[in-house]
Amino acid sequence: MTTGADVIIESFRREGVEYVFGLPGGAVMPIFDSILDSKIELILTRHEQGATHMADGYARATGKTGVVLVTSGPGATNTVTGLLTANMDSVPMVVVSGQQITPMLGKDAFQEADIFGITIPVVKHSYLVKDVDDIPRVMKEAFFIASSGRPGPVLVDVPKDVASAECGTTFPEDLDEHLPGYNFPQMCDMESIYACADLLHASKRPLLYVGQGARISGAAELVRELAEKLQAPVTTTLLGKGAFPETHELSVGMLGMHGTAYANKTVVDCDLIMAIGARWDDRITGKLSEFCLAAKKIHLDIDPAEHGKIIKPDVSLVGDAKLVLEELIQHINGLDTREWLKRINGWKNKFPLKYPKRGGLRAQHVLDVLSDLTKGEAIVTTDVGQHQMWCAQFYKTGLDYQWITSGGAGTMGFGMPAAIGAQFGRPDHQVWAVVGDGGFQMTMPELATAATSKLPIKVLIINNAYLGMVRQWQEMFFENRYSGVDLEGNPDFVKLAESFGCKGFRIRRSGDVRRILQQAIDYNDGPCIIDACVEKEGNVFPMIPAGAAVSEMITEKPKIALPKPEGST
Amino acid sequence: MKIDGKHTISMRVHDRPGVLSRIAQVFARRGFNIDSLVVSAGHQLGFSRMTISCEGDPAQLEQIVKQLEKLVDTVHATEHRSESTVEREMAMVKVTANPENRSEILQIAECFRGKAVDITEESMVVEVTGNSEKIDAFEKLLESFGIIERVRSGKVVIARGAGIT
Repeated sequence: MTTGADVIIESFRREGVEYVFGLPGGAVMPIFDSILDSKIELILTRHEQGATHMADGYARATGKTGVVLVTSGPGATNTVTGLLTANMDSVPMVVVSGQQITPMLGKDAFQEADIFGITIPVVKHSYLVKDVDDIPRVMKEAFFIASSGRPGPVLVDVPKDVASAECGTTFPEDLDEHLPGYNFPQMCDMESIYACADLLHASKRPLLYVGQGARISGAAELVRELAEKLQAPVTTTLLGKGAFPETHELSVGMLGMHGTAYANKTVVDCDLIMAIGARWDDRITGKLSEFCLAAKKIHLDIDPAEHGKIIKPDVSLVGDAKLVLEELIQHINGLDTREWLKRINGWKNKFPLKYPKRGGLRAQHVLDVLSDLTKGEAIVTTDVGQHQMWCAQFYKTGLDYQWITSGGAGTMGFGMPAAIGAQFGRPDHQVWAVVGDGGFQMTMPELATAATSKLPIKVLIINNAYLGMVRQWQEMFFENRYSGVDLEGNPDFVKLAESFGCKGFRIRRSGDVRRILQQAIDYNDGPCIIDACVEKEGNVFPMIPAGAAVSEMITEKPKIALPKPEGST
Repeated sequence: MKIDGKHTISMRVHDRPGVLSRIAQVFARRGFNIDSLVVSAGHQLGFSRMTISCEGDPAQLEQIVKQLEKLVDTVHATEHRSESTVEREMAMVKVTANPENRSEILQIAECFRGKAVDITEESMVVEVTGNSEKIDAFEKLLESFGIIERVRSGKVVIARGAGIT
């Protein structure tokens, strides 16, 4: 007999799933039983949130769909943060959750949660399967929807009786008749291409602003071709890191709230800004009413709803970045931007990223050395906060699929499990999780998951014993009134590593950074932790205060307290 | 132009569980108030038609329609202008009525092409169909008799001409 559970596992096989990240419970037992008879490897996590971030990291490192399997009730609700994270950053993921048996639905039965209802705002699509014969179609749809167009997470909620019942249907050949409302643009119309080319040709000071969409579509090479042909500078978003090599002479690094000063100056002075797979996030635009007022704006994005959501572009290219750029490049002539590039190079020399060389150990120094030692070729995942911004600034990502961070959702606790997922997906690559001491402790138990599989991930804790980004804001905008940011009671992270059977290193002095990071690189018998005890009150600069215009960027701590920011957090 | 911030959106959706929740959330998240929502089976099996009357910032409307379009179960979502559609709403109004004023109420109803659908010694239910403004006017006239209660179906629209709504 082929049960619903068997069909779910068979769908994983058909979709080329290698790993399923999850944690069992009563309502999902039939599916956990079926997986035993397959070649798919089940990775048991310590918490369902960890499972979602692992699937996410796996997906971002490989471009394939990450898969999560959890039980009903709290097992399912624990995936909500991971779903939000994946949804905000357009990551393909399928989460299958067990559910109470259908006759008990809506009766507050044990471990019943309306996870379908709870997750509606944080998924691309979702299903509650009530008929076992729907499972083949639903699973095929779920993987298709998760990975196509603008990717995102799909939840499939499967009551236990449905998973246990005999399935009498087969996988549909194609989905056209089943998804009449689902379509996504491929190639934009030619008029937009010509209009875009005209604007580019009329520009004297162009800027390409490249985001995650360029990476997802596999357009990194084309972005480079376009930039070189136009001789236009390129800035990337936090998630776009890797879509254009940061070591390239046309790169101005990351833009936005904690972007490089020269990227932000380029934004302020450009006469044309072209977004490629980016969505004019508030971290980028700052005060919208003053953003790039004099510049023409071109928006290339596959999601029609992104066009006009934040800014009204002069030209909209609604389509897949790769297909559109392939065509656009055919219609582009070179520009003479020598004057423009000269000015930008002046800013690069005048306002480089910098950090105090005196005093104690600096996070920036550690990350600068890490970038150097790994030549920007390691896969780097991060949490959210100061360490993330320092890492984005100082880790020069050279290649695509190497930079994995929670951007839109800003999820603390993302980095380490994401590194585990990435290492499963790319076993031959060096994987670093750069995390803060605060975020690390949110998903810390997953160290056991990494240790069990002897994954050689390297967890670099930028330890300042504070929730550092919030502390920085309190210092700058709230007159040093620290509220709820002191992480006293942190464990000894080296001993903690050892208790998980992992290797622990500690860096206290600047002079030890290179040696100890090299030791960590050379250690490959399993996970290791590097506890970098950095200056407690280091700040991230440059900074555009929330709600301020890009031109109001500050590059060092102001002498007087700044007014409380009015913009978004 | 709808400068008053009242809008009519018609949708064709795949008749799947949860589709209404998803649509309602698109509006609620962006501070739009749904005035009326009419759902019925479409002429094709497995699909539903919805007409949504709502109120909110016109600048947000385009984004709302795009977010509705983006839902996997949405086949299409379109904002409609009154000049290119026929719109209808039905109301049943229950008024205090006695043998003395009954004929007066019936006369008013007749002017609006309404009809009495229930009559008792002390009440009458009048049914009327038309565009929303007509029903508003009808209700206003009946107020002096004492409206006990009234129900309105919510607006439905269909495109003029051979094209699909």
